[in-house]
Amino acid sequence: MKLSENWLREWVNPAATIEQIAERLVMGGLELEIEPAVAGRATQVVVAKIVEAERHPQADRLQVCKVDAGTGALLQIVCGAPNARPGIKVPCAVVGATLPGGMQIGEAKLRGVESFGMLCSASELGLAEKSDGLVELEADARIGMSIDDYFDLDDHILNLEITPNRGDCLSVVGLARDISALYGVPLKRPTPQQTVVEGHEQIKVEIESVDDCPSYVGRVITKLNAKARTPDWMRERLRRSGIRSIHPVVDITNYVMLELGQPMHAFDAGKLSGNIRVRRARDGESLQLLNEQTVECRDRELLISDDGGPIALAGVMGGLDSGVQAGTTRIFFESACFAPTAVAGTGRRHKLFSDASYRYERGVDPALQRQALERATQLVLQICGGETHPVTQAGRSQPEPVNVRVRRSRIDQVLGHEIPAKDVETLLGRLGIALRAEVGDAWMARVPSHRYDLRIEADLIEEVGRLYGYDRIPARPYQAQLAPSQRAEAARPLIAVKQHLAARGWQEAISLAFVEPGLQTALDPQAAAIALDNPIADNLSVMRTTLWAGLIPAWLYNRARQQDRVRLFEAGVCFALDNGSVVETSRLAGLAAGRALPEQWGSANRPVDFYDLKAEVVSLFGNAAADYRFEAAEHPALHPGRCARIVRGDQACGWIGELHPKLVGTLDLPEAPLLFELDWTTLRSVGVPKAAALSEFPSSRRDLAVVVAESVSGEQLLTCARQAAGELLSEALIFDIYRGTGLKTGEKSVALGLLFNNVSRTLTLSEIDTAASAVTQALTRELNAVIRQ
Amino acid sequence: MSDEIEQLVHSAQADIAACDDPRALETLRVDLLGKKGRVTGLLKQLGGMAPDERKTYGERVNKAKETLAAALESRGETLDSAALEARLASERIDVTLDGRGETIGGLHPITRTIQRITEIFGEMGFEAVEGPEIEDDFHNFGALNIPEAHPARAMQDTFYVLNGERLLRTHTSPVQIRTMQQRKPPIRIVCPGRVYRVDSDRTHSPMFHQMEGLYVAEKVSLADLKYDLQVFLSRFFERDIEALFRPSYFPFVEPGADVHIKWTLPDGSWRWLEVLGCGVVHPKVLEAVGIDSEKYSGYAFGMGMERMAMLRYGVDDLRLFFNNDLRFLEQFH
Repeated sequence: MKLSENWLREWVNPAATIEQIAERLVMGGLELEIEPAVAGRATQVVVAKIVEAERHPQADRLQVCKVDAGTGALLQIVCGAPNARPGIKVPCAVVGATLPGGMQIGEAKLRGVESFGMLCSASELGLAEKSDGLVELEADARIGMSIDDYFDLDDHILNLEITPNRGDCLSVVGLARDISALYGVPLKRPTPQQTVVEGHEQIKVEIESVDDCPSYVGRVITKLNAKARTPDWMRERLRRSGIRSIHPVVDITNYVMLELGQPMHAFDAGKLSGNIRVRRARDGESLQLLNEQTVECRDRELLISDDGGPIALAGVMGGLDSGVQAGTTRIFFESACFAPTAVAGTGRRHKLFSDASYRYERGVDPALQRQALERATQLVLQICGGETHPVTQAGRSQPEPVNVRVRRSRIDQVLGHEIPAKDVETLLGRLGIALRAEVGDAWMARVPSHRYDLRIEADLIEEVGRLYGYDRIPARPYQAQLAPSQRAEAARPLIAVKQHLAARGWQEAISLAFVEPGLQTALDPQAAAIALDNPIADNLSVMRTTLWAGLIPAWLYNRARQQDRVRLFEAGVCFALDNGSVVETSRLAGLAAGRALPEQWGSANRPVDFYDLKAEVVSLFGNAAADYRFEAAEHPALHPGRCARIVRGDQACGWIGELHPKLVGTLDLPEAPLLFELDWTTLRSVGVPKAAALSEFPSSRRDLAVVVAESVSGEQLLTCARQAAGELLSEALIFDIYRGTGLKTGEKSVALGLLFNNVSRTLTLSEIDTAASAVTQALTRELNAVIRQ
Repeated sequence: MSDEIEQLVHSAQADIAACDDPRALETLRVDLLGKKGRVTGLLKQLGGMAPDERKTYGERVNKAKETLAAALESRGETLDSAALEARLASERIDVTLDGRGETIGGLHPITRTIQRITEIFGEMGFEAVEGPEIEDDFHNFGALNIPEAHPARAMQDTFYVLNGERLLRTHTSPVQIRTMQQRKPPIRIVCPGRVYRVDSDRTHSPMFHQMEGLYVAEKVSLADLKYDLQVFLSRFFERDIEALFRPSYFPFVEPGADVHIKWTLPDGSWRWLEVLGCGVVHPKVLEAVGIDSEKYSGYAFGMGMERMAMLRYGVDDLRLFFNNDLRFLEQFH
């Protein structure tokens, strides 16, 4: 909201510059900026009257004017404005003047005719973005008066941004009240003038529910001068508030709203039929608004209607048909209080934002309606003339008084600083809050109607703190009352695992949690993904069910920037529906593509493969590695022959594999990246280490080469060997695999290393031989292995 | 007789000096000093000598033995050290070449920021707590004193799912609500996490990260809040930070404040920069979670992690955080 400084100072005038006032307001919780009243100031531009205007002898579109600028003699000025004509008063830049754009006015000759000055348009004076022709000033403007004085340009604009609770500051009076409280200077209240009621016309108003509309007052005014024009002082104030002058009556409603904070509406009384009703909309009702937009009323929106149907969207905008127009001579003024709950949402639903709805959504003083109506009536009589009719009043005539108990001990406790009782009374008193001492340390505070945001003790404590100044409340070194949490050592912090991956060359990524639905479905077709009701874009419209949906685009983004080797990981939540309820799972995922190692000398250049990634994944298991298994299994997004389900105990907890070649094709990818994804809840849990005894005795190793069918897995061989060898075996590993010459197709030779050890004694040769031969027999028997000699 | 010893010593010394191979030197040693060596052989003549002559002769042979042993050892050392020199020279490598293997990766700057801030608050007794990202109306709005028609809802346009039944949390405050529902004061927590708002332009991302803090105990006040945040800011920026607390409004706190810090620009000028929102927990919030607002009070604060990271690391474009451009991310290794 923008307001004129001079207007504000008519209501409160502390001995401070506008910058100082602004600073004080900011420290009082109101955000604002100061702007000049006009973009630039002109010098030596005065009110002048065109006395004569004749066609320029050499140019059709120019006129040669004789102008009285109060300088004694008439000035000859050549002017190109189409509206230049004798009798009108206009701004005149005399010789020596400077215009806001920097233009200097000197004596000039235009097409052979001498010109001693320039007649100005609104845009030339910085009063409008663009304008047509000269500014026509009021007939009674004093010739020779500087245009600065005429338009009151020695002014500033306060551009105010309020927090949603301070709707009471959305007016000159409202802001003046807060300045008065912050400075402790009194508010100047103009003495109200009594309106003389001459007529007896009244339109009856019915309110369906006072909860929606606590108060509604209205009045008919007739016999308006249809040719009246909005005075320049009012236009200028409206302009400084960013409101365009439209029609004197409309301008008056806006002016009263800016001055007092009461939104008003004027109906053309001639277009109304029967009574006015404030009621909720019925299905199928619609209305064409002043901005010519037709709205279908929804959700039982609050309406103003007459016998013929809706005439306004209550608190948002009036209807086009019933609005005042040029030529309107009979009006009905509405000054109402609508409850925020009744109008909030209406504007947003129809994407309508009006100054009225902005105020109603934040609240309007429920005791203000009558005062605003009287103020508007007076301005109408002053500007348009007319005959006044009696006020129609509906709803509550006075709001219920509001009393709030405040305890001084509570003030001290919440602020953490003792403010003397006398200061509390003074500070709240400046806001118009009267305190009455109660038993003990309490007061009963009577809250004025315009501070509808003050309802509980905490509201008043905030006001005390705000007016006292947060900067004057000293910081208090902490003496925290703590309840230290128990953190299980067996649950690793995520950061530890992230740092582990970073140390192994992985870069962490953070992707948006909403992803492209096509990619999401391709990667995880079985999951019930959650779609956003209101996505910002089609390609960000479902919640990810797998982190791969973010990692793959991140990989492609980098690949498009010549980063061929990518190792990205991400930790985050994935979302899915399970039987209609939302399930969130924390996951850790990674993507590797490109070379196995960074480009370097002395290492073979080979692409990263399944086993590279598997080693990374196993490194994540920590001391729980023995609990995990990799099972050959199929995943719709992964290569069926290069993919494993990761299982801990009997719990599936993740996947690892190469992206399915089919997806590489359909997603149009340059190559197949390797991917893994693990459930974080499973992964984070590791054992608390338990130290075991170390063997003092040497180990013995036996190596064994066996030829088996390709279908026999490494895990089968090792399991079989372990079971057959019994307790003496401390470790079994595969240290070589051979295929090719000497072997049939479909066969492989696997070299096994068997380590035998005992904690309490040296094993005898015969014990080891027995165990080793048990292994060879079992491998032969169970896996059809042929022992290579 | 004595000439025989002298001659042997002389010729042996010449042989030792001429020897340039460790193995030949060993052969020479055996040939001279071994059991069947030439010097040892001299002693055989002792048998035919008179007792006093035998003594003198024996002493001379022993001396010759010592002289030659010393010469052999010295020559051996010379040869060893030359051999080592030669070996070292042949084994020299180019130490300026890069090391082999994997290079280092890194954490995302937001993770790094969250981690630092969590640690600072951790030292001040705050426990980090997390919660769901898809929330219900009660935890995200209702319990926080943001009723259905409140204009505060217009300030944060929300992503909804399941036909408006649930929403993506717009702040991490629901975690505070859930914690207060589950625990009894004293509660001293920070809640880092992803949050979502319908906003996407140069300075807004539809997903971003917040850290909120909450302290509920007996007699917690604005003065406590001022101190704790002041300490945090100075720790985070690693210098004394001038902070200004300006009254502001958030439905879930009262009194509410914005914290602005004095921020000096490279050209030496400065301005107030808003970095935090905070306040004393609104009694209605405590009541909504069943905490006696007469017995307990609390403070809460919240800040954007992207903003803190931008200030700390000089990042000037918010979008860089979510592009996952390695050239950007690698700067935080």
